[in-house]
Amino acid sequence: MRYSWASLIAQSLRKHRGWKPAWATRPVKPHYDVIVVGGGGHGLATAYYLARNHGISRVAVLEKGWIGGGNVGRNTTIIRSNYLLDGNIPFYEWSLKLWEGLEQDLNYNAMVSQRGVLNLYHNDAQRDAAARRGNAMRFHGVDAELLDRDQVRRMAPFLDFDDARFPIAGGLLQPRGGTVRHDAVAWGYARAASALGVDVIQGCEVIGIERDAAGAATALETTRGRIGAGRIGLAVAGNSSRVAAMAGLRLPIESHVLQAFVSEGLKPVIPGVITFGAGHFYISQSDKGGLVFGGNLDGYNSYAQRGHMPTVEDVCESGMAMMPALGRARVLRSWGGIMDMSMDGSPIIDATPVPGLYLNAGWCYGGFKATPASGWCFAHLLATGASHEVACAYRLDRFATGALINEKGEGAQPNLH
Amino acid sequence: MLLISCPHCGPRDEIEFRCGGETHVVRPGPAEAVSEDAWADYLFMRQNPRGLHAERWLHAAGCRTWFNLLRDTVTHEIKAVYPMGHARPEVA
Ligand SMILES: Cc1cc2nc3c(=O)[nH]c(=O)nc-3n(C[C@H](O)[C@H](O)[C@H](O)COP(=O)(O)OP(=O)(O)OC[C@H]3O[C@@H](n4cnc5c(N)ncnc54)[C@H](O)[C@@H]3O)c2cc1C
Ligand SMILES: [Zn+2]
Repeated sequence: MRYSWASLIAQSLRKHRGWKPAWATRPVKPHYDVIVVGGGGHGLATAYYLARNHGISRVAVLEKGWIGGGNVGRNTTIIRSNYLLDGNIPFYEWSLKLWEGLEQDLNYNAMVSQRGVLNLYHNDAQRDAAARRGNAMRFHGVDAELLDRDQVRRMAPFLDFDDARFPIAGGLLQPRGGTVRHDAVAWGYARAASALGVDVIQGCEVIGIERDAAGAATALETTRGRIGAGRIGLAVAGNSSRVAAMAGLRLPIESHVLQAFVSEGLKPVIPGVITFGAGHFYISQSDKGGLVFGGNLDGYNSYAQRGHMPTVEDVCESGMAMMPALGRARVLRSWGGIMDMSMDGSPIIDATPVPGLYLNAGWCYGGFKATPASGWCFAHLLATGASHEVACAYRLDRFATGALINEKGEGAQPNLH
Repeated sequence: MLLISCPHCGPRDEIEFRCGGETHVVRPGPAEAVSEDAWADYLFMRQNPRGLHAERWLHAAGCRTWFNLLRDTVTHEIKAVYPMGHARPEVA
């Protein structure tokens, strides 16, 4: 069923009793041309683009829980392409371009809202870094504006401009950045993929990777039986190390928990996304009115999907330093998600040393914005065997060759990226 | 909040400590004999288990010494605290 004004009016006249499930639940087939493990945003987008761009429709997405239950439904919904390094900018800009046309393409309202992303700076050195980043972006045709203090004050008068330790000196604005309703991304891709023949299989955990005499991965052992595959793509985010270990691989990844917080609903106050430059803190306001914010990782390996109090305190302190009015709002709920923190802070979209097994991982806490391009490029890799041109830097062997993509220059410290 | 027993200072709040990641990672050598892959493995590859993890911690706001923890990455239960240079203890 195509969603349109006509279908909306017709359904409301029938008291909304005629809506069909958005995606089909079909029996599991014994063999697929491509199996994507992980029904998060990246896995579902990969399956969709395999069918749409490459005409491969004997595709299954295997999800151990339910789709949208992982990080795709746990993130703070920020999209942007304000990167500095050559290996990153074209990829994230391609992703932002795909976001801009996504809802028409999927026929699904994902509430893509380009309300702007503003990164504050607080001193001269940070202004130089912001100018450099903005220039790098503009060299690549990406929008960036360097704002001074007064311009920031006009946009966001509620920030603490008189803070003695962290006075706001200005900000780097990407007007085309913004937010997207995260659940709708999972549902929209699942629906569009399913319509093209992809099987979206929930409640199916991969517990083993079967390999033939030559070492190639040929099938998956799952909680719903053995399923054969021509090619296998892993897109399991925080569980990447565990699933890759089933094929004997060690990855340059640590799993860490990142928390998110939402306040009670308030009248519109925050115009876009604002990030603090003197600590790790970012905030936006959802269309329902809740302030959505977050900050640092908890700082040690975790698979717990819930965080600890010291980080809650740290995030709220940063928030108060940037926007004192925040102290008047009550936090309604918080949660955690498990991040696949890579050793250089950048992702991996590549073949693995195991023939037939491909890897999409290492998204750290910035993988939501990457969802469309990640799916697009991973589908390209799975279909053609070659890296897509905007993702050609995301090689697994860069850790041996030294071609790291370290945006922050913080070294092999995943808890800092 | 973790309550971590520093071997020197006793039980202290998590905020006094810094986690240094996986422990027992041995630097390969001599340098001229180490392949790129072995070096990458040493610097970047991690076990990252779901369950017991042997890791280094620093009592940053205390005695400033490093020591090892055996911690469950799902429940955060600390199963053992032991000095640097000691082998990973067997725990039930
Ligand atoms: C609190 C928080 C805030 C964030 N904020 C942002 C943000 O503002 N902007 C941004 O760009 N990014 C953000 N991120 C990061 C982003 O959410 C992730 O990088 C991205 O969602 C990861 O890709 P995914 O959607 O495919 O992951 P997931 O949705 O986690 O998908 C992976 C799936 O694999 C499944 N799986 C795991 N193991 C198996 C198995 N053995 N068998 C079958 N299935 C398996 C899991 O159940 C899961 O559903 C944030 C993350 C968190 C937690
Ligand atoms: Zn101590």
